[in-house]
Amino acid sequence: MSEPLLPAPLLSVRGVSKRFGGVRALVDVDVDVREHEVLAVVGDNGAGKSTLAGVLAGAHRPDAGEVLLDGRPVVLDSPAAARALGIAAVFQELALVDDLDVVENLFLGHETLRGPLLDEVAMEREAWRLLDQLAASVPSVRDPVRTLSGGQRQVVAVARALLGSPRVVVLDEPTASLGVRQTAEVLNLILRLRERGHAVVLVSHQAGDLQAVADRIVVLRLGRVHDVFDGDASYEDLLAAMTGAVRPSARTSREARR
Amino acid sequence: MTTAPAGLPGAGLPAVWQRVRGGSSLLPIVAALVGIWLVLGAVDPAFLAPENLVNLTLQSAPVGVIALGVVLVLLVGQIDLSVGSLSGVAAAVVAVGSVTLGWPVALAILAALVCGVVVGLGYGVLSTRLGLPSFVFTLAGLLFLAGVQLRVLGPLGSINLPFESWFVRSVQQGFLPTPVAWGLVVAIVAAYAAVQVTARARRRRADLPAAGVGQVVLRTAGLAAVLSVVVAYLGAARGIGYSVVLFAGLVVVADVLLRRTRWGRSVRAVGGDRRAAMLAGVPVRRTVVLCFVACSTLAALGGVLAAGRLGAANQGTGGADTYLVAIAAAVIGGTSLFGGRGSAWSAVLGVLVIQSIANGLTLMNVDQAARYMVTGAVLLLAIIIDMLVRKRREV
Ligand SMILES: Nc1ncnc2c1ncn2[C@@H]1O[C@H](COP(=O)(O)OP(=O)(O)O)[C@@H](O)[C@H]1O
Ligand SMILES: [Mg+2]
Repeated sequence: MSEPLLPAPLLSVRGVSKRFGGVRALVDVDVDVREHEVLAVVGDNGAGKSTLAGVLAGAHRPDAGEVLLDGRPVVLDSPAAARALGIAAVFQELALVDDLDVVENLFLGHETLRGPLLDEVAMEREAWRLLDQLAASVPSVRDPVRTLSGGQRQVVAVARALLGSPRVVVLDEPTASLGVRQTAEVLNLILRLRERGHAVVLVSHQAGDLQAVADRIVVLRLGRVHDVFDGDASYEDLLAAMTGAVRPSARTSREARR
Repeated sequence: MTTAPAGLPGAGLPAVWQRVRGGSSLLPIVAALVGIWLVLGAVDPAFLAPENLVNLTLQSAPVGVIALGVVLVLLVGQIDLSVGSLSGVAAAVVAVGSVTLGWPVALAILAALVCGVVVGLGYGVLSTRLGLPSFVFTLAGLLFLAGVQLRVLGPLGSINLPFESWFVRSVQQGFLPTPVAWGLVVAIVAAYAAVQVTARARRRRADLPAAGVGQVVLRTAGLAAVLSVVVAYLGAARGIGYSVVLFAGLVVVADVLLRRTRWGRSVRAVGGDRRAAMLAGVPVRRTVVLCFVACSTLAALGGVLAAGRLGAANQGTGGADTYLVAIAAAVIGGTSLFGGRGSAWSAVLGVLVIQSIANGLTLMNVDQAARYMVTGAVLLLAIIIDMLVRKRREV
């Protein structure tokens, strides 16, 4: 298959490495994601997926390498900075404040103001709109998120990432604790995001989910990009690459084994 | 619409019960306060005499202002043990500035407040840049500032403020004139009603659940009743002191800031779950620093008021149990030691509980030893309740 003419990437990761003490969580990772594209990142537990998502979301600063937005290097030194540049994330641990209610969590750090005071009415309306869009069955947006089920919390976290229409949406295991219906709803939403021109980075360790929505699939293994597949890669191929059963193509093989 | 809509805080009895159980209601502590008053009044009717209650409010204002600051640092998940020493330093600065150095009183007060701001900024840096635990560095601050207080006061160890200065007169003898007090009641109730009605109208227009008319009327009438009783009852004696007005005003401002502004939301978020707040894009460091600064500044203001009330600054100002009373008041009033949960009003309620016990037992000629023990027992009870609420939230 000849290389089709691809548009320039919206977000690029170039040679990014990150270590935690002695653990090399990411090693020289290159990844691109374009508008109108869903990039899936898969890998076994501990492969570095969340670390990569954290780098994009401004939660981790890479030790080496850089992140380019529209081809220009950007400094993502805090989640607020990433958000300001149009990169929003759903973290694996959700990062919700249990004691705050749904509206308060959705708008945390980005509250709608009316003069100097919070505009609770506007925020509450927007909260309902977003949650309806996600077919969330949250009993009341004024309940503390502590009282919600795992699935409801996850939907709230996803809804928060969609606020303000970010250009890049990074989702780290967004369906991990969702039921069948809500998983479908989130996957549906991801497709709609792609349609609207967003770039989506979808992290998962469930290869099954991805095939429905992914345009490309990056397989991380032991912190390295082990392989890149098209969206229609077979489940068996993915599984094999994730577990390292199949030797990857050229570049990464020997080091990945170390 | 008579039934309480779901999703509105404070709507209906079940919702109220929910909040009591969840620890976010002030009702239990209000009930406890009323209970304490009834018991003390039954044992010694002099306790409930208007003049004694006026004294109670005047005793409560300085330490109440300090407790309000403590509420802010507790909310953000920190603590400040040095508020007593700092209030002593502030009192000393006012006295030395205005008497020894002959500055205008206003300038001396300003200098004292600046001391508070500087100390708060220092704590903020230690906490957010060096990551030190506030329990430790404010303990160091407690000792250090106690030394500063002695040094500032100099060899005399005690400085009297001129009795005729406007500052001492307004703190000791300044009371709201009766017509002004009633005017304030009317203005506050009208403003409260206006806020409630417009909020209700906006919510209804936005198709959101809104408080029923009955609820709005009930709340407004309740506020009017409470304020009227306070003004009428205290008005039977000297009335409402200016320092009490200042304290109440600060509490209202803090309450609005905490509940209605982005900063207040950040405070609760950082205190509730610091990492989640950071990941959500909350400026965690700025929020924490501001809380330390607010706490220290309020502690300094509390010291200034204490100096005015005493008409002097000495080595004992802000010493001994001041910081313990302030912290205990915040916790007894329902602000969690674990961060994220509490209210500006807990400073008022907690201080009233502690000062009522102290005042009542003094009237009954019970000695200091027993007062400490009773207050300690109440504090223990408050902390146990705090723990239980927290445990219940975790399951
Ligand atoms: N904050 C951290 N501190 C120390 N080690 C970490 C931290 N975050 C991740 N790691 C380590 O980095 C590696 C990659 O983790 P992660 O990115 O969470 O993997 P994944 O999301 O693919 O399961 C793991 O070995 C993990 O233990
Ligand atoms: Mg992960």
